[in-house]
Formats: sequence, structure tokens, C-alpha cells
Amino acid sequence: MHRTGDLYGHFQTLEQQKDSATLGMWIFLVTEVLFFGGLFLAYTINRSAFSVAFGAGSNTLDIRLGGGNTVVLILSSLTMAMAVWSAQVGKKQWVTRFLIATLALGSVFLGVKVVEYKQKFDHHLIPGHNFDITYCSNNPSACNLSGKALEDETNELNKAIEAEKRPEDPRQVGITSLNSHAQLYFSLYFGMTGLHALHMIVGAGLLLWLIKGSFAGRFTPQYNTPVEVVGLYWHFVDIVWIYLFPLLYLIERHL
Amino acid sequence: MSLGESRVSEHIVSPKVYLVIFTFLMVGTGATVWAAFRNFGQFNIVIALAIATVKATLVVLYFMHARYSPKRTQLVIVCSIFWLAIMLALTLTDYTTRTHETQPGVSHLSQPAAFDFYSA
Repeated sequence: MHRTGDLYGHFQTLEQQKDSATLGMWIFLVTEVLFFGGLFLAYTINRSAFSVAFGAGSNTLDIRLGGGNTVVLILSSLTMAMAVWSAQVGKKQWVTRFLIATLALGSVFLGVKVVEYKQKFDHHLIPGHNFDITYCSNNPSACNLSGKALEDETNELNKAIEAEKRPEDPRQVGITSLNSHAQLYFSLYFGMTGLHALHMIVGAGLLLWLIKGSFAGRFTPQYNTPVEVVGLYWHFVDIVWIYLFPLLYLIERHL
Repeated sequence: MSLGESRVSEHIVSPKVYLVIFTFLMVGTGATVWAAFRNFGQFNIVIALAIATVKATLVVLYFMHARYSPKRTQLVIVCSIFWLAIMLALTLTDYTTRTHETQPGVSHLSQPAAFDFYSA
């Protein structure tokens, strides 16, 4: 394993050895771009076909939680970059501190995600038999909805229900249609944020491994390839979220 | 062979640069939310994607050091965007031009009946 930072026989210089490692991570990230790209493609096609239902689904998400998480994740990218810098200039203690900060911020992100998923579960927004996007406007007390928020939500839903049906159809047709299309939105929401969260969990595991190595003082100006390479991965996961946030949370927010 | 002093030059990005980039990313996030609450019609999505792409580019260039990487690595990054563009462009040209045979000019996707098994 690539542990000590010694020069292996098949490389000419340490620089070449490190460049090869980062190139390897980049090539893996290319496959990741195409992996997530397929989901973004599915999202684009479905959103263009069912824009009303996607707007209604997006409006059930909490911008404060999603936006807060965006800030947390970008901050964690900053601390990750600072961990790489600390290793490059030989500040061993700061490598550990910045890595722990990155792990902590990543955990906050995942914790907020748990709160959001729980809320969707409570509000009958998990695709499947019990899915009902009108649940909150019909049971406002169960969703802590009241006053203007309830009025806004009901208005938005009624507009979407009207848009989903032909003029001569009864209201129920609109509700059924909106529910089936909104499930496409929520399938993509859970699929994309779930896959993103899975990448965060893998990243957290890698950070734990780095923190262990960092406590042992392994990362120095001469050898910091693991920090650099895990950093690339972490920043990539950040980029995925930079796209997910506006695409999932911010559809049809204007009145 | 031991490491010794043989570590060769690498570009070290200073914390000041990281902080400036972080500030830009925060401003970008704020701008994204701000723009989403205003009605730009068709351009809402264009603005959102443009801001996200600027943010992603900043992350790639500075946090991921692409600006200071060897040309070979930069080529790999450009290739990933190129392949992604192929996948998006070719699939979307198909989806936007293919129509349902029974109703000329109407995308088969915009016909709710095709997806009604969800509520069956």
C-alpha cells in the first residue's frame, strides 16, 4: 500500500508519483460525473414533462434547511482545502484540526438530511402507496401549518391540481394526476440526495482514516497525497450539491 | 529510496485565495436563492444553472487545484465535461423531437396516461 511516501520503483520522481495518484482520482471522478449525469438527465427530462408537479414537489422542501446545508457543505470544502494547505506547509496539528472540522461539518450536513427525510416521511411524501401531496393542506395540524403558510400551500396546490387536469375533468382527476407526477419528483429527490448522502458517508469514512493517519503525524510537506486525493473527492461531492440545491429546492419559488 | 529533500516543486495555494473563493461561493449561493424568488420566466432555470456552473468552476480551479495541475490532468477534466455534454445533448435531442405516433407533435412524456400505473 501507498503508505510511507517512499518512491516506488516504477516512478522516476516523487512528483510524478503524486501526479499519478491525483490523476487516478480524477479519472474516477470522470466516471462519477457520468454516473450523476445520468440522474441529472432523468431529472431534466421528467421536469420538462411534468413541470407543474415538480414545482409543487419542490415547494414542499424547506429552503432554510437546504440553504443552510449548502453553506455547511461549502464551508467543509474550505476546511478540507485548508487541511491540504496545512499538510503542504508542515503544520501537522492544523492538518488534524481541519480534518476534524471537515468531518464535523459533513456530519452536520447528514444530520440535517435525516431531519428532512423524517419530515417527508411524516408528511406522506415518500413515493408509494401512502403518497399524498395534499396531506399537509388537509391535515394542517400534523404538519404545523397555520395561518398564511397554510393558505399559501393550499393556493399553490389548488393551482397545480387545476393545471394537471383538463377543464371538464372533476377535481379528483387533477389530484390523482398531480400525485402520480409528484412521485416522480420525489423519487428523483430521494434518489439524487440519497446517492449524494451515500457519497458523504463514504467521504466521512475516508476522513476518519485520514484523521487517524494525521494523529500519527503521517502527513508532511514531502508526503500528503492521501489528504490531497480525498480532498478532490470531497470537493466533487460538494459540486454535486451545488447543482442539486437549486434544481431540487428552488423550482417555482416566485409567485 | 527515501524521501529526503527530493520533493519537487508544487504550487501551494495560499489560505487567502481559499478565503476569497469561499466568499465568492457564499455570494453565489445567496444570489441563487435571491434569483429563485424573482420571476424571470424561462430564464429562472438558466440563471440557476449559470450560477451553479460558475461556483463549480471555482471549486474545480482553486479548491481542486486544477488551475495548477499538469496539462494531462486538465485534459481529463475537460474530457469529463465533453462526455457529459455528449450524453445530455444526444439524449435530449431524442426526447425533444420524438413524438407519440397517435398524437403528432405531442411528446409521449407529456401524456399523463403513460404514467398512471403509479396511482393504479
